[in-house]
Amino acid sequence: MSRLRGLWARFRARRVAVVGLVVVVLLAVAALGAPLFAPADPLAQPDPVALQNRPPSPEHPLGTDRFSRDVMSRLLYGARVSLGIGAAAALLAAVIGAGVGIAAGLGSPLVDQLLMRGVDVALALPRVFLLLLVLALWEGAPAGVVIVLLAVTGWFPTSRVVRALVRRLREAEFVQAARALGTGRWGLVRRHLLPHLAPTVIVAATLDVGNIILLESGLSYLGLGVRPPAPSWGNMILDGKDQLFGTPWVAAAPGLALLVTVVAFNLLGDGLQDALDPRRER
Amino acid sequence: MLTYLVRRLALAAVTTATVVSLTFALVHLAPGAPFLAGAEGRFVPPETVARQRRSFGLDQPLGTQFVRYWANLARGDLGESFSRRRPVADVLGYALPNTLLLGGAALVLSLVFGIGLGIAQATRAGTWADTTLGALSLALYSVPSFWLALMLLLVFGEWLRWLPLTGMSAAIGAPATWAGRTLDVLRHLVLPALTLALVNGAAIARFHRTAMIEALGADFIRAARGRGLHEGRVVLRHALRSALAPAITLAGLSVPALLTGSVLVESVFGWPGMGRVAYEAIFSRDYNVITAVAVVAGVLVALGNLLADVGVAWADPRVRRT
Amino acid sequence: MSDPRDAPSSGATPGAGGAAPGAPLLEIADLRVTFATGDGVARAVDGVDLVVQAGETVGLVGESGCGKSVTALAVLRLVEHPGHIAHGSRVRFEGRDLLALADRDIRAVRGNHLALIFQEPATALNPVLTIGSQIAEVIRTHQHGSRAEAKRRAVEMLRTVGIPDAEQRADGYAHQLSGGMRQRVLIAIALACRPHLVIADEPTTALDVTIQAEILELLDGLQRQMGMAVLLITHNLGLVAERTRRVYVMYAGQLVEEAGTEALFSAPLHPYTQGLMAAVPRLDQLRERLAAIPGQVPPATAWPGGCRFHPRCPFAFDRCRAEMPPLLECGEGRKARCWLVEERASEHADARTSEPADERTHDGRRGSESRSL
Repeated sequence: MSRLRGLWARFRARRVAVVGLVVVVLLAVAALGAPLFAPADPLAQPDPVALQNRPPSPEHPLGTDRFSRDVMSRLLYGARVSLGIGAAAALLAAVIGAGVGIAAGLGSPLVDQLLMRGVDVALALPRVFLLLLVLALWEGAPAGVVIVLLAVTGWFPTSRVVRALVRRLREAEFVQAARALGTGRWGLVRRHLLPHLAPTVIVAATLDVGNIILLESGLSYLGLGVRPPAPSWGNMILDGKDQLFGTPWVAAAPGLALLVTVVAFNLLGDGLQDALDPRRER
Repeated sequence: MLTYLVRRLALAAVTTATVVSLTFALVHLAPGAPFLAGAEGRFVPPETVARQRRSFGLDQPLGTQFVRYWANLARGDLGESFSRRRPVADVLGYALPNTLLLGGAALVLSLVFGIGLGIAQATRAGTWADTTLGALSLALYSVPSFWLALMLLLVFGEWLRWLPLTGMSAAIGAPATWAGRTLDVLRHLVLPALTLALVNGAAIARFHRTAMIEALGADFIRAARGRGLHEGRVVLRHALRSALAPAITLAGLSVPALLTGSVLVESVFGWPGMGRVAYEAIFSRDYNVITAVAVVAGVLVALGNLLADVGVAWADPRVRRT
Repeated sequence: MSDPRDAPSSGATPGAGGAAPGAPLLEIADLRVTFATGDGVARAVDGVDLVVQAGETVGLVGESGCGKSVTALAVLRLVEHPGHIAHGSRVRFEGRDLLALADRDIRAVRGNHLALIFQEPATALNPVLTIGSQIAEVIRTHQHGSRAEAKRRAVEMLRTVGIPDAEQRADGYAHQLSGGMRQRVLIAIALACRPHLVIADEPTTALDVTIQAEILELLDGLQRQMGMAVLLITHNLGLVAERTRRVYVMYAGQLVEEAGTEALFSAPLHPYTQGLMAAVPRLDQLRERLAAIPGQVPPATAWPGGCRFHPRCPFAFDRCRAEMPPLLECGEGRKARCWLVEERASEHADARTSEPADERTHDGRRGSESRSL
């Protein structure tokens, strides 16, 4: 417990990391509370002729898009998509990566080599190309599929890091001691390895969220992620790009939202990394 | 050194083969047929579809198709594009150089920008200048590339009207001289290359800053100052050389990112490159083109990694003996 | 065979530089270096006065943490943030105060007239540049010449320091050499421009014992050849005994004793020096345990009050705890910072002085600061 407290103290010492945490929390609140905060229904098109492409006003704080939908509401609901997919995919990737990493780290040299060579090849695969391919061929893929795809194509770096750590820990005394006491593999993993792996994996996952959010928005921009009319920051930019010169805010707002979100997650991840390893040069 | 190269080439070959096979499998196993894509697909009579399939050999069992594809590939035959009715090699032959131009320019610019920013930050480490530059690099690193592209387009293309909006060259009124045409292409190249360079460069800068700070704190740097060397020389010749390795590795690793980033950026700027080709092929279920793009992507990524390794070996002689 | 510790007797006066004849080559006066740390200000060097004459070998001895390496860095103004050289300090080299020079001028001195040999051969060489280019670089910086000429001289220097296959080694890298070889390369770099003074900071500490002797022989030989002065910084008393003419002993940022080498070793005055010598294992004495100085060097942020050595000194008495002794002159060019030698110091002062009576306090004691030689 005191270790956690020490971690928190170190984390708190870096102002930017705290800012990142605060922003992430605010974003989560905004996303979860979208129904409360949104001025209008994100899908409603009250007046496609008169209300389209209006600039920001008191009723529509961020204006309306070409279908007269309120941009602000779409932004809030879009946050759910981006954050939701980002967090879920990062989490899933972390779990898969840690699992493979532990298996490789604890396994026989053969298993280790096989797994890691596989990871080497997988790391060289063009991730976006494959994502594009699958999502284009599978029209209308649900969000769950997107999450799984993002996770399945992104767990490789984590597995490498975890494997290296497990290899090191394997030689540590407390592991030898536990083994001598007859602790089974699963118990070994659960009680002894996971607490040591958790910080690294959490940091990797946090830094991954930003990446995944950017990927998802890119896919949505190409029309492959979340399909309209459901709002996603990526497809909002797609919507807004045709009217870019006339009504820039439709495309600018979601982009800024993306920027702020990814920056916040990066700051948070960096802060966690520093808190866990204060020796690192900044 | 030779065994190392051979190993890397083997890895590259395996990777490319994997990508191609995966692509082949995904494309052929996915629902939907190549000729029914798009609105017109609904009106094509089934007999025509069947005939097309036969003429392209798509009615054969999957295994046969797979083998046939590899055999053709060995001969250098990439097949024919369904949607364009031209040899795939032609289609790629037109688009690939454009992507290489954009990618190459972006790579060079991102290295210059990233390394420069890293040095600027490292020599001012801890000052507010460092923090400000760090914030800038964080923002660039976190921004969606396609959105940055749109914003740059808005500012420089529309508001300031300094640079052209789309394409690789002026559609009308193309200059007559070679120099004029080159300049025209360069003008069109600026925004897309800049977009890619800023995002990638920021990633490189983040790593390079750390590497430079570490290098500047090394004993041999103080020893170099102790011999009366000028500070500029100390930073550029001694510190930079020893800190280049991570930047080069990252640059090599960013080749795939540049390729895929180019899909998005090419689409925003209408740059006629592989990204556009891939995108259109995917949507029109043009199997041969898709697979060919996979091959090219695999090869380029492998080349990028190889170049990075060679670059690192040049920069850091300690690596050479492995 | 000439004694390496003496200045060369040949007519030429190498290394005299711009100083007036008879003036010391290097004169450090009241050097103070502080470091701002999280635990407060560390007074790493706190008022050091040191002199090196042309051609002579002088030793600076002390345990790690006493400030001797910082002194060496301060001479060439290589102390970096958060270190800071205090304003009153003066480092006179060949007549000029190095601390007051413009950047360009001090760069012209570094590696050229005054060279520093660093402690760790493993890390003092740039790993990604060839050995030859690092030597040639120094030559080209200070002496204009073509690249080819500098390369040629670099290879020559490698031969001079005894590296076999000098031509090939010049195109090789630091990681291909052993520790001893790397140290030779560092010596080659330091001596490439024939400096008048070389400050060698623990030149052999990181090396095997057998290699140590070789390196020191090399240094001796080169010194004789080139007639340069050497300030040898080390914690190894054995080195100092054999190869230096005069020794300064440093503790807790200050000089605590200063004497000719023979005099120091035959009769050390300061309890710290005595402790250091007693701690060296000797074959000609039967002892059951190694005598160590009790206690540890205190942190530089919190030097003890009074005499800084008093917590560890077997002879400490009240005055030691209350008042910091100055460096007292004890005759024959000896000085010691200790109240115990005050008697002897005042005798010496009496014998030497022709001062008017009222300048002495009535009990004959006088806390005089050291006069320059």
